[in-house]
Amino acid sequence: MAVQKLPLAKALNESLRKALETDPKVVVMGLDVGKLGGVFRITDGLQKDFGEDRVVDTPLAESGIVGTAIGLALRGYRPVVEIQFDGFVFPAYDQIVTQLAKMRARSLGTVKMPVVIRIPYGGGIGAVEHHSESPESLFAHVAGLKVVTPANSSDAYWMLQQAIQSDDPVIFFEPKRRYWDKGEVDTESIPGELHKARVAREGTDLTLAAYGPMVKTCLEAAAAAAEEGRSIEVLDLRSISPLDFDTIQASVEKTGRLVVVHEAPVFFGSGAEIAARITERCFYHLEAPVLRVGGYHAPYPPARLEEEYLPGLDRVLDAVDRSLAF
Amino acid sequence: MTVESTAARKTTRRSSGTKRTASASTSTTKKTSPRAAGAGATEPELVQLLTPEGERVQHPDYDIDLSAEELRGLYRDMVLTRRFDAEATSLQRQGELGLWASLLGQEAAQIGSGRALRDDDYVFPTYREHGVAWCRGVDPTNLLGMFRGVNNGGWDPSSNNFHLYTIVLGSQTLHATGYAMGIAKDGADSAVLAYFGDGASSQGDVNESFVFSAVYNAPVVFFCQNNQWAISEPIEKQTRVPLYQRARGFGFPGVRVDGNDVLACLAVTRDALERARRGEGPTLIEAFTYRMAAHTTSDDPTRYRRDAEREAWEAKDPIQRLKVYLENAGHADAAFFEALEEESEALGKHVREVVRAMPVPDHMAMFDHTYADGHALVDEERAEFAAYQASFEGGEGE
Repeated sequence: MAVQKLPLAKALNESLRKALETDPKVVVMGLDVGKLGGVFRITDGLQKDFGEDRVVDTPLAESGIVGTAIGLALRGYRPVVEIQFDGFVFPAYDQIVTQLAKMRARSLGTVKMPVVIRIPYGGGIGAVEHHSESPESLFAHVAGLKVVTPANSSDAYWMLQQAIQSDDPVIFFEPKRRYWDKGEVDTESIPGELHKARVAREGTDLTLAAYGPMVKTCLEAAAAAAEEGRSIEVLDLRSISPLDFDTIQASVEKTGRLVVVHEAPVFFGSGAEIAARITERCFYHLEAPVLRVGGYHAPYPPARLEEEYLPGLDRVLDAVDRSLAF
Repeated sequence: MTVESTAARKTTRRSSGTKRTASASTSTTKKTSPRAAGAGATEPELVQLLTPEGERVQHPDYDIDLSAEELRGLYRDMVLTRRFDAEATSLQRQGELGLWASLLGQEAAQIGSGRALRDDDYVFPTYREHGVAWCRGVDPTNLLGMFRGVNNGGWDPSSNNFHLYTIVLGSQTLHATGYAMGIAKDGADSAVLAYFGDGASSQGDVNESFVFSAVYNAPVVFFCQNNQWAISEPIEKQTRVPLYQRARGFGFPGVRVDGNDVLACLAVTRDALERARRGEGPTLIEAFTYRMAAHTTSDDPTRYRRDAEREAWEAKDPIQRLKVYLENAGHADAAFFEALEEESEALGKHVREVVRAMPVPDHMAMFDHTYADGHALVDEERAEFAAYQASFEGGEGE
């Protein structure tokens, strides 16, 4: 029974269960994580089995949740915090940026901050305002934080295990529109290191680099391009801070072309950093400028417009065409 | 002596239910106008055991029984803390420190509360708790690293159960609450003391820490030093009610203590910590005091407050009143004060020497301790920077 086919959401649930079973210092905390099991049911059944002391319904105050998690970490606990939606993390942004990220350095390495902050992120579910955003760059910019995001059930299970075991604070972005996608999870075999990118599909003509919800979109784009005779390599970056530039570099040295895809706005997005560094590393291998596909510099639009705002199959293929036309 | 022997008959530990504090179940009978919260006004319900004139007085709810040696100890703590603080101010003026935040005038609040702690209790300070650090056994020169610019904190919080100084106002009250929640989960009977000021009382984090600590009944005591000024803004810009009364709305007791009375601060804090240990939850203590110096060495208080106000507070000096009491009660003789003077000067000299010798860290140190488990980008940038530095042959690289 080591290999199971699970929706991504259930894989996260199983991962939290495993962590609670394995380490008595793990504490799950957040809004509605108890009886309700979280608005996405990621913590379903955990309070019933582990008690209110370990699966903690908190007052409705995000800064308070993260600030007290820091205090619990100082006491030797390993808090796993749930922020209900991406757009609600900002009351806690101060605690995350000014306190959580810097605590270890300020203590000259004497303090550990094993805090995981889980954030369902991204659009595509037709939600109201503040429920569809992709703020990963705002965290990747901060030294002291690690930022990761799984794209499938296996990574959801294992990357969360690895994040909880890390002695550094990890912002764990969950692609909420992929919560219900099923995938195989082998609970006895770690697929790889937390901060290594994965080649999700091999190809020779162009590299698509994506993470979280956009991996599936890029795999679909690669499949569509294959019908036109184009061989597209798809990278699932998995970790945004640190970024596995070596894997991107190796791919681009092979294909000569790179398109970075994310839901977050392109301007100052992770694609900008990837483009700059890959241009530096692969200048003589590039056949075309690094292109980016992502959100626009506008507030996340109302749900009826999000299909146009978000990178979809056609926008990705359009960028592929533009790159190959160079 | 009569006063002292009366005090000796009383016990310092009492059951909590009898306090005349602003708990949810009791209310004040005195009407307080918002203006009365200002400096100089007659303060309602100010717990005081030692008057500004050095007279030992009784309070119906709080008492303390200290030996002459313990009283001299409190005096010594305050004198040495003030001496250290003055030395740091001088060192800033000499260019040895980039900045200093003086605690002048707040010695009683800090020594009184700090000496109420047990070793296994935990303290979360702001950036001005030099007296509390002293009580915790933190080497005072450790406090100066961040003000000299050689580190951003610089000590292991667990070695003295004294957390790093926190500059973002109020953030540490949530850390204190979380730590206290951990104590409760562990089933331990220690407690947490969280410091903040009148300015920080307006911060969301402080109010959220009140909510969390009340909801979880966490063993934390909030010690607010109301020193009347948040840089240039007087207390009236922060609140329309005396700060200690806010506790009532959160569901736990609040008490206002004469922050320049070390005995009252010790008694009230000890009581609140015992209450926390018994699992009765948080307490808010408002220590009513005064920031005698500028906010920091970069501040110019002549732009916003009058000398007369400061002079009025000088008459309530925390150290002078204990000195008068020690002398009048025969608890200390001239030899004690002389020896302490010598000890003060020695401390000042020690601080001067250590600070001047404090090394500038190696330039590679900026990369240290960013992550516990490493980070590829930090490794890459560290190597880049090392190579860049090495490119200066015989230059200032090393």
